[in-house]
Amino acid sequence: MARIIVVTSGKGGVGKTTTSAAFATGLALAGHKTVVIDFDVGLRNLDLIMGCERRVVYDFVNVINGEANLNQALIKDKRVDNLCILPASQTRDKEALTQEGVGRVLEELAKDFDYIVCDSPAGIERGALMAAYYADDAIVVTNPEVSSVRDSDRIIGILSSKTRRAERGEEPVTVKLLITRYAPGRVQKGEMLSVNDVQEILAIDLLGVIPESKAVLQASNQGQPVILDTASDAGQAYQDAVARYLGEERPHRFLTEKKGFLGRLFGS
Amino acid sequence: MLTLSVLRLLTTDLDAFSQQLDAKMAAAPDFFQNLPVLLELEAVQGQLIDFPALLAALRQRGLMPVGLRAADAAQVEAAAALGLGVLQGGSESRRAAEPRRDKPEPPPAGASMVVRQPVRGGQQVYARGGDLVVLAPVSAGAEILADGHIHVYGSLRGRALAGVQGDRNARIFCQNLDAELVSIAGIYRVSESIDKSARGRPVQLYLDGDALRIEPL
Ligand SMILES: Nc1ncnc2c1ncn2[C@@H]1O[C@H](COP(=O)(O)OP(=O)(O)O)[C@@H](O)[C@H]1O
Ligand SMILES: [Mg+2]
Repeated sequence: MARIIVVTSGKGGVGKTTTSAAFATGLALAGHKTVVIDFDVGLRNLDLIMGCERRVVYDFVNVINGEANLNQALIKDKRVDNLCILPASQTRDKEALTQEGVGRVLEELAKDFDYIVCDSPAGIERGALMAAYYADDAIVVTNPEVSSVRDSDRIIGILSSKTRRAERGEEPVTVKLLITRYAPGRVQKGEMLSVNDVQEILAIDLLGVIPESKAVLQASNQGQPVILDTASDAGQAYQDAVARYLGEERPHRFLTEKKGFLGRLFGS
Repeated sequence: MLTLSVLRLLTTDLDAFSQQLDAKMAAAPDFFQNLPVLLELEAVQGQLIDFPALLAALRQRGLMPVGLRAADAAQVEAAAALGLGVLQGGSESRRAAEPRRDKPEPPPAGASMVVRQPVRGGQQVYARGGDLVVLAPVSAGAEILADGHIHVYGSLRGRALAGVQGDRNARIFCQNLDAELVSIAGIYRVSESIDKSARGRPVQLYLDGDALRIEPL
């Protein structure tokens, strides 16, 4: 049976799409058949991050509306086996995502895939609720700052009441914390919350900490999930997070600042 | 120290109500931000009130409805379903709030509620008729209410209102006080007026006359 993972946050611009792309790619690299779905109807940027924007013919909403079948809409990744993308439509409005329609598409995908990664839009409105509704697991993406942590807290509450698992009284959605854009130097200066601060407030398991990294922007400009940049800190941190999700134990890295030459010289 | 502001509902026509409220609030918008209010329903007893819409209208404007006064039995029931308590005002309002004979009895005094999961922002928990025990943190933006005492064995960062039906002996106990608002029997303090020295440590809160005292545990 496929596992449905929602990547969510409440707040926008914290790294959900970056994470969805990296995570789905990591799961596929580990040999699992994986599909990643863009729920951000109207914005559509997962296909850009995945570098397949010029191969989009049909989208998620087309499939929901019966205007295309899944095989027509799914885009096979060119670099990684076992990986498909289901893009969002740029033109349609969010009302197109009906609970029943989303459920039907997920059910069909579950026949062929091991993991279904749902890239949630920001907010706590319909799109975000639809992305989360059928989830088995949730990755809550949080930046180390107060407003992001509050929004995440809110979303965690919603996951415990507004999902299918909650409504059916089944085992609750497994919720894991992924702290992204972590800048240890700024934490030290008191400009950002520390990993401990965030964990203390949210009180959920920590899946990983992704450092603030230039590699992320570079990768997205190249249309390549950052996890494929195996030399980069962010890429390695995502690899660790995927491995942990799959049950491996790995120590957390990139929690302290690597000092550059000047930093070492001046001890700052 | 302040007591609750009372908002007298004179009509069940929510459009008219909203208009009047907006006009009132325009005079001093800041004053009304996060202001806990008690809804006085004397003038609209026996009438049907769309409570979800009413609460939404109040919250949208930054007001924090925390309870009812002088409500009839049907109103009490409708509001309780949404987590609003009933404060016993003067004798006449107490009579009005008395449940009708054919209604089920309220839960026995001392019935308590234990919550093991964190109470997250946007969530509300109300222990009706008894104490509330939370064995986890209460987040900023969360609201916990009890007719009796409140115990939080975790950080209290949200709002905690004990004795919401008017029990002045109710107390709040918490392991780490960082609350946005604390209230006992309608007498409250907002975060700003909680002394720094009381924050971040285990405390109890209780009423001493009309003063809400905070004491280290
Ligand atoms: N670890 C990171 N380091 C640096 N920039 C990042 C990191 N993660 C995300 N970003 C940048 O933040 C912005 C928002 O990321 P995105 O994944 O689109 O967020 P969301 O989907 O939550 O809106 C993008 O410009 C992205 O490049
Ligand atoms: Mg996004």
